[in-house]
Amino acid sequence: MAETAYGGARPYGRIREGLRAYRLITAMWIRSTMAYRASFAMTTLGNFAATALDFVVILLMFSRIDALGGYQLPEVAFLYGLSATAFGLADLALGSMDRLGRRLRDGTLDTLLVRPAPVLAQVAADRFAVRRLGRLVQGVCVLGYALSALDIAWTPLKVAMIPLMLLSGGAIFCSVFVVGAAFQFVAQDASEVQNSFTYGGQTLLQYPPSIFAKELVRGVTFVLPLAFVNWLPALYVLGRPYPLDLPAWVAFTPPLVAAGCCALAGLAWRAGLRSYRSTGS
Amino acid sequence: MNSGFRGAADAGGDAMEGAFIELDRVEKVFDVLKRTGFLRRERRQVRAVDSISFTVARGEMVGYIGPNGAGKSTTIKMLTGILTPSGGRLRVAGIDPSRERTRLAQRIGVVFGQRTTLWWDLPLIDSYRLMHRMYRIPDARYRENLDRCVELLELGSLLDVPVRQLSLGQRMRGDIAAALLHDPEVLYLDEPTIGLDVISKARVREFLRDLNAERGTTVLLTTHDLQDIEQLCSRVMVIDHGRLMYDGPLAGLHEVGDSERTLVVDLERELPPIEAPPARVVKVEGPRQWLAFPASRSAAPLVARIAAEYPLVDLSVREPDIEAVIAKMLHSLEDAAPQLRSERTVS
Repeated sequence: MAETAYGGARPYGRIREGLRAYRLITAMWIRSTMAYRASFAMTTLGNFAATALDFVVILLMFSRIDALGGYQLPEVAFLYGLSATAFGLADLALGSMDRLGRRLRDGTLDTLLVRPAPVLAQVAADRFAVRRLGRLVQGVCVLGYALSALDIAWTPLKVAMIPLMLLSGGAIFCSVFVVGAAFQFVAQDASEVQNSFTYGGQTLLQYPPSIFAKELVRGVTFVLPLAFVNWLPALYVLGRPYPLDLPAWVAFTPPLVAAGCCALAGLAWRAGLRSYRSTGS
Repeated sequence: MNSGFRGAADAGGDAMEGAFIELDRVEKVFDVLKRTGFLRRERRQVRAVDSISFTVARGEMVGYIGPNGAGKSTTIKMLTGILTPSGGRLRVAGIDPSRERTRLAQRIGVVFGQRTTLWWDLPLIDSYRLMHRMYRIPDARYRENLDRCVELLELGSLLDVPVRQLSLGQRMRGDIAAALLHDPEVLYLDEPTIGLDVISKARVREFLRDLNAERGTTVLLTTHDLQDIEQLCSRVMVIDHGRLMYDGPLAGLHEVGDSERTLVVDLERELPPIEAPPARVVKVEGPRQWLAFPASRSAAPLVARIAAEYPLVDLSVREPDIEAVIAKMLHSLEDAAPQLRSERTVS
């Protein structure tokens, strides 16, 4: 019974078990959300409207100016749409992780540790909020507008870049969520620090890199690799130069960067959980 | 830790029928940072569990008691794999809990009296459905176990109620059911009757007794309620300052601590203090008298004697408070073996 139930310590088995537990728990929350359809519709719409205000700000700006940092409205919308959609994916999948701090404080993390499923999956799926679709839909809408308004000579490679960017970008944001959560094991009310990197980071990426100071651009390229979510690959699609002198091929590295980020996030999570299990609280 | 343990862990739980739970000089040391100045901090080590050894056989029901902060919960957390021991060897069903926490989880059930393992905002039945899938319980077994728990714990009318709307007693029953759906071989209960009313307590105890008798489930419970122990456990372990101070039957605990029960006697009229050694009168209030007698003795001869010699209206027996019993026991142990205390402070 127990032997077949668990893949042991092999990473592949753990990931499969984690995804299974994640699916089971989210399915339960979706079912329970759908029991109150009206409430679901309202909160999702609210989520959509609140995030759409971000883009309204950009529209208002462009009613006064023709270009922002040398970029036209469709180009900025392209950056915005990519960042918002990638972030929307990550937020939908892992947005509940900032509740970990509360679980650590009130001791309810222990109840997750006695279940036969990886804790990361249980924390991530906890209170899965379908209303976060609002943010995702908003990003997709802006991206749709950008793609229809942009004047680009599309090549198969450039077309393939779009889903590639969204998936890699989503994965990069996911790892930031996980690293932030892992940090909460050390500093238990660090969820605001995490928010500044996730929500703050995605707001940064909605604007062209040319309007930011070089130091900041360097930071999100080499330290916290958010530039790989949309800036580097999107500027290749748009045929624009990157503010830092980087070779052209870096535009194609987001999947690798994303894989690296996920691996690092996994290690950080393990270290965090291990420190909890050896210190208690 | 030691990779040599691996082989034993892989051998599975059937290797040692005699000892289902095994602790061999298990320790848990916490580093506590204490603020001593604006930025200065002092690092201090606290031994929450200090070299504890015991074994529990399959099917035993054991009470694990001690004052607050004695190390009870820390021990339970190590037994479930939530915490990693700092030293010593620990096995449950042949598994090293901290190394193979998720594999062990399939075989154990845990009930925390203070916090629920149920999903707070969802109806009770949703939590059970999720457990069904998460623990991969075969459908027939799940239905059978659920029906049984619903019947015996009277959960029928509560299944569609969100957990947060349940009363403490209802929630506790719901939690116990949740911990048993996957047929665990051992059930850990951390304060299972805390805050429950008399009827709920009785119901929970009866259920646990049946579970142990019919399924042979090993039960380890921590409690502050001596009646839990009296009605459920043939064996008691007392822990204090992270050390195992007593391990044996409850009667022996009374002997070691020479604790006393109280006989409350209502007489027809006011009389001088009753003389019935070894009992002694500790309080007189009008026609009512309180007599203390050793808890290890039966009350029957005493009652018979008083009934024969005095005009008796009513009487009742009060059990000693568990804290008092433990305190007395710890005290007498210290008197008997002062080196125990000094040894502790050295380590």
